[in-house]
Amino acid sequence: MQEHHNNETHQISYSTYLLVWVSLLALTSITVTVAGVHLGDYTLFVALMIAAIKSALVINIFMHIKFEDPIFKVFLGISGFTLLVIFSLTFFDYIYR
Amino acid sequence: MANGTIAIDDKSFLEEGTTKKATGIASWLFSTDHKRIGLMYLIAIAIFFFTGAILGVLMRLELIAPGRTIMDAQTYNTIFTLHGVIMIFLFIIPGIPAVFGNFFLPLQLGAKDVAFPRLNLLSFWIYLIGAALVLISLFVEGGPIDTGWTFYIPYSVRTTTNVSLAIFAAFVLGFSSILTGLNFVTTVHRLRAPGMTYFKMPLFVWSTYATAWIQIIATPVIGITILLVVLERLFGVGIFDPALGGDPVLFQHMFWIYSHPAVYIMILPAMGVVSEIIPTFARRTIFGYRAIAMSSLAIAFIGYLVWAHHMFTSGISETAAIIFSFLTFIVALPSAIKVFNWVATMYKGSIDPQPPFLWVMSFIFLFSIGGLTGLVLGALVTDVHVHDTYFVVAHFHYVMFGGTGTIFFAALYYWFPKMTGKMYNLKLAKFNAALFFVAFNTLYFPKFIMGYMGMPRRYYDYLPEFQNLQVVSTVGSWLMIIVICLIIYNLLSGLLNGSKAEANPWGGVTLEWHIASPPPLENFHEIPEVTHEPYDFSQLKNMKYGLKGESK
Repeated sequence: MQEHHNNETHQISYSTYLLVWVSLLALTSITVTVAGVHLGDYTLFVALMIAAIKSALVINIFMHIKFEDPIFKVFLGISGFTLLVIFSLTFFDYIYR
Repeated sequence: MANGTIAIDDKSFLEEGTTKKATGIASWLFSTDHKRIGLMYLIAIAIFFFTGAILGVLMRLELIAPGRTIMDAQTYNTIFTLHGVIMIFLFIIPGIPAVFGNFFLPLQLGAKDVAFPRLNLLSFWIYLIGAALVLISLFVEGGPIDTGWTFYIPYSVRTTTNVSLAIFAAFVLGFSSILTGLNFVTTVHRLRAPGMTYFKMPLFVWSTYATAWIQIIATPVIGITILLVVLERLFGVGIFDPALGGDPVLFQHMFWIYSHPAVYIMILPAMGVVSEIIPTFARRTIFGYRAIAMSSLAIAFIGYLVWAHHMFTSGISETAAIIFSFLTFIVALPSAIKVFNWVATMYKGSIDPQPPFLWVMSFIFLFSIGGLTGLVLGALVTDVHVHDTYFVVAHFHYVMFGGTGTIFFAALYYWFPKMTGKMYNLKLAKFNAALFFVAFNTLYFPKFIMGYMGMPRRYYDYLPEFQNLQVVSTVGSWLMIIVICLIIYNLLSGLLNGSKAEANPWGGVTLEWHIASPPPLENFHEIPEVTHEPYDFSQLKNMKYGLKGESK
C-alpha cells in the first residue's frame, strides 16, 4: 500500500526561495509598522491577514505542500478550517463584550 | 512493512522482542513493538492512576469533618491540583489510546505494527520525560503547584509554587500525544489489510482515528498557551495578567480550546471499546455501524466548538454564551446516537454477562448520568447556579471516571487474555464490577446534592450542614480504593498464576481474535484478507480460533 505516485521531486530554484524569504521579511516589517498605526477595529484583521499570507508562503514553498499529493492538502485544509472556526467563535466573545 | 523480518516460529511477543542485542528490561525499553510499548504504557499509567487515586482518598479523608483533619489548607490545595494533573495528563488523556490503541489498532487493522514504530517508542519516552518533570516539580524549591489543574490566570502567574516547571511538563506530554495521534492517523490510512475498506474497520479503530485527529489539531494550542504563561511568569510579558494589561479570559479561551476537545480525546476511545464489547457479548452485529462511526467524527468536530461553556460566568459576552450553549446541546446528539445504538444492539441479543460486559453496563448508566447533568451545566440559567460547585465535580467524575475510567477497566478485562495469554478469576471480576458501581455512586452522587445546595469546589472547609453527605462520599472513596486494589490483585494473580487463556475466550470476531494469545511478534504470519463485515458473527464457526479456542 505504500507505492508512491510521483517519485519526481519538484525542484524549487534558489531565486524563488530568496524571493519568498524577502517577502516574509517585508511582511514582517509591514506588521511591525501597522502595529504603530491606529486602525481601530481593523488592526487585528490586518495583522491576521498578513500572518495568513506568510503562513501560506511557508507552507506552500518551504514545506513543498504545493507540489504534494492532494491528501496532504486535504489534511492541512481540515486543520486550517478548524483554526478559522476557532478564531471566528472567539470573536463572538470579543466583539460583543 | 514496518519491521524487517517476518516471524516464522510460534513465539509470542512476550518471548521475542524487536531488539537483537538487548535482553531483559532493555529489550522492553528499546522495543519498537507496538504491543510491548502498549504494555509499558499500561504499567506507567497504572502507577500514576493509583497515585492519583491515593491523593483523591487523602482529599476525601480531609473533608470527612469540617476544619483541619489531616492536612493544612495549602497542602490540600497542592493535593487537589496534583490529583487533577496526574489523573488528566498522565492517566486519562494517554490512557486508552496509548495502551489499548497501541496494542490493538494494528491488530484490528491486520497490520504488523503502527506506521512509525520508532516514533511510537519516542512518544513513550517523551511521556516518561514529561512524567519525570511533574515529579521533579514537586521537590524543587517553590513547592508543588497549587493552582488547580486548570492553571487559571492571574493566580498561576503570581503564586510562588513551581507552576512553570509543572506546566512545562504538560507541554512535553503534549508532544507525546501529538506523535501518537500522527502515528495512528497514518496507520489507519496506510496499513489497513487488503479488503479492509473504511467501513469494514472495527469501531474501536474509528474512534481511535477520530481521537488521533483531535490529538494532532488541538494539542498544539495548549502547548502555545503554556509557553505564553511561562513567558509571562519569567519575563513579566503582559499577555494574560490584567495587572500588566493582559486579558485573563483570553487564557481561559486558549486553555479550553484545547482542554474541551481533550475531553473527547478521553471519552471517544472509550466509546470505541464499548462498541467492541457489546456486539461480542450480545453475539449480534452492531446496530447502526455507520451511524456510530460517523458520530465519532461528528463528536471530534463539534467538540471543537463548545469550549466556552466552561466560561459562562467568567465575563464572556452574552452573544457568545448563547452560541456556545446552543452548540453544547448539539454535541449531545452524536453521544446520544451512540448510546441508543448500543442499547439497540443488545435488543434480542444472546447476552453473555461476562465481566467486560458488566463493566460496560455500569458505563452506560454512569455515562448517561454524566452526560445528562452536562446539559444542566450547558444551559445558561442553571449553570449560573451550579458553576464551580460540587455539581461540576460530580458531573465530570461521572463522565471521566464513570465513562473513560470504567471502560479502561472493561478494556483491561476484555483484552487481558489476548494481551497476556492468561485468564483472571471471573467470579472476582464480576464482584469487582458490582462493587465498583456501588462505590462509584456512594463516592460521587452526594456531590450532585452538595453542589446543588451550594458547596463550592476546591474548598478546604465547609459548613456543618454538608457533613453527612461529605462522610458518605468519603466512605465511597474507601470502597473505591478497595475495588481498585481488587482489580490489581485479580489481574496480577491472573498474570502470575492464572490458567492459560483460550485464544478467543469471548467469541470475538475482529481480527485480534483470529490470532494466538499472546500474539506473535509481528502479529500475523500472513497478512489477512478481510472479507467480512467487522461484526459478522457468522464467520465464528469458520475461524481458526472459534468460540472457547476450539482450534480448527
